[in-house]
Amino acid sequence: MEKFITLNSKAVPLPIENIDTDQIIPARFLKATDKIGFGNNLFKDWRFKKDGTINDSFVLNHKKFKGAILIAGNNFGCGSSREHAAWALKDYGFKVVVSSYFADIFKGNALNNGLLPVQISPEFLKLLLEIIHINPETEITVDIEKQLISINGSTAIESFEIDSYKKYCLMNGYDDIDFLINKKERIEAFEKKLA
Amino acid sequence: MKKTLFDKVWDNHVVETVKNGPQILYIDKHLIHEVTSPQAFAELGQRNIPVFRPDQIVATADHNVPTQHQHLPIKDALSKNQVEMLTNNCKKHGITLYGLGHENQGIVHVIAPELGITQPGMTIVCGDSHTSTHGAFGSIAFGIGTSQVAQVFASQCLLLSKPKSMRITVNGTLKNGVLAKDVILYIISKLGTNSGTGYFVEYAGDVFESMSMEGRMTVCNMSIEMGARGGMIAPDEITFEYVKDREFAPKGNDFEEKIAYWKTLTTDEGAKFDKEYYFNAEEIEPMITYGTNPGMGIKINETIPQSNDASFEKSLKYMGFNKGESLVGKQINYVFIGSCTNSRIEDFRIAANYIKGKKKAVNVNALIVPGSQRVAKQIEAEGLKNIFETAGFELRQPGCSACLGMNEDKIPSGEYCVSTSNRNFEGRQGQGARTILASPLIAAATAVEGKLIDITTQLN
Ligand code: SF4
Repeated sequence: MEKFITLNSKAVPLPIENIDTDQIIPARFLKATDKIGFGNNLFKDWRFKKDGTINDSFVLNHKKFKGAILIAGNNFGCGSSREHAAWALKDYGFKVVVSSYFADIFKGNALNNGLLPVQISPEFLKLLLEIIHINPETEITVDIEKQLISINGSTAIESFEIDSYKKYCLMNGYDDIDFLINKKERIEAFEKKLA
Repeated sequence: MKKTLFDKVWDNHVVETVKNGPQILYIDKHLIHEVTSPQAFAELGQRNIPVFRPDQIVATADHNVPTQHQHLPIKDALSKNQVEMLTNNCKKHGITLYGLGHENQGIVHVIAPELGITQPGMTIVCGDSHTSTHGAFGSIAFGIGTSQVAQVFASQCLLLSKPKSMRITVNGTLKNGVLAKDVILYIISKLGTNSGTGYFVEYAGDVFESMSMEGRMTVCNMSIEMGARGGMIAPDEITFEYVKDREFAPKGNDFEEKIAYWKTLTTDEGAKFDKEYYFNAEEIEPMITYGTNPGMGIKINETIPQSNDASFEKSLKYMGFNKGESLVGKQINYVFIGSCTNSRIEDFRIAANYIKGKKKAVNVNALIVPGSQRVAKQIEAEGLKNIFETAGFELRQPGCSACLGMNEDKIPSGEYCVSTSNRNFEGRQGQGARTILASPLIAAATAVEGKLIDITTQLN
């Protein structure tokens, strides 16, 4: 995994609550056996109309909003455990998703793919969405080391939580498999005890 | 220290606690299927590492399989590729596979309990969020992402922080016609879809103690719909009786020894939960959902609530419903009885019992999809097949089918489907499809009437 320390980027606002993984990536795109190209089908049924033409009213199709940060409504990523949701967001180009709440499994999946879920207060979320709406050029800074998210050109700043182990993994491009494989002896000893 | 059921099973499986970090949790059983495993196998391949404990893995093909003509080659090239990939990966790594055509094949959360693979006190994972189903046996069971599937392949362990604990107690006696599905839809409608995030739930009280294993599985299955990682119910005589004599259950003396241990798996008197909720069984009525998340549920004879919340309005717009409206009398053209929530034999008995001697309405397409080959056989053996077919229902072969709209079993855009599955998200059953979640009894009644009816008037 690539190392991830800080990010400075514009953001895309998606102020819808309870965005579930079936919206992020509909089930009909889960037939692949690799991780490639899921970004094309991210939010497919919102980005495109039933006849396949572009839905101009959906924010990802608005030219004025771009960037590697997605700012979403409360309870993002609920529903299915499909990691394809995290792959689709990552493949599309997002590196950070900001919301006031994340579903458990999604959060884990995102972190395992170097996509950072940043959970902030509902007030800060509201402020962020407002500022971006007024000025889509606004840049947001996410600093993993200091665990801070700030809005450039304003004094607004908030801290966010991240598990210290996960933080270490992200900042060092290290992952759970590397960690667990190094524990093989401990695991084998545990199995003997269980038996 | 006083411990909860969850604490007991969890603590028993902790290999090590990482300083200032997660714990290494040992996994007893790993269930896999064709959709969320290929990339995990690929990950192992890239790192050149073997599957650590292939004997503790069981595979089946369920999500992406056709429910007709299963003896023929799969037509859809992508689905075929995915299923073949699973077969090859299992062969290569020495993993037991119950593939299409095998007598043990079926939805992963239906087959593991019915084969006795699922047992009390275990840790069980699967790359599918409804793995919570297996918690009905007093095991810790939860869904994982594909990266975690790869972690379990590599080490039979996961790195996790211990979730918080919640207990939901329902005391009293359920009314006639109120089923396990109604109980869980009721709970989620009261608590909301993210009330459980970060928690593991224990269901306790009279209602769950007297519930069948099938019912308990329906309840635990939907724990994820309130955001909880999983739900569990303390094992008791009903559990032991269910597990006994199943193919992979311990036998003879081993079984007796296991029971002695399983009996210790209850929450100690006075153990503390981070959150507790209480409900009365008498308050619960047959339920339906009216929106696009499982928390948007009402009693069948209630009206849709009022709210000016934007997400709520968006949801009603998708469903084509209005605030304050009653859904009784709404014409319904599709009924689906199936999915890992309600596709066990008990569910089909309930449906058949209602349908017997009646016919489905002409406007309705009614699909019955058993959870497994074994359930399918039993449907036939008990004469239910005959009842369904005489009434004009279409009986299919086992699989996830219209629960997730991944293959050809889809609901057309704009149509309503009364479904016994677990998710009514936008497009879940097909692009533009509108899902109304309900019990097998309501689904059966809807198919017969061609519209939603107030089932309570028939019950009393
Ligand atoms: S039946 Fe539906 S919810 Fe259950 S495992 Fe299959 S797709 Fe998932």
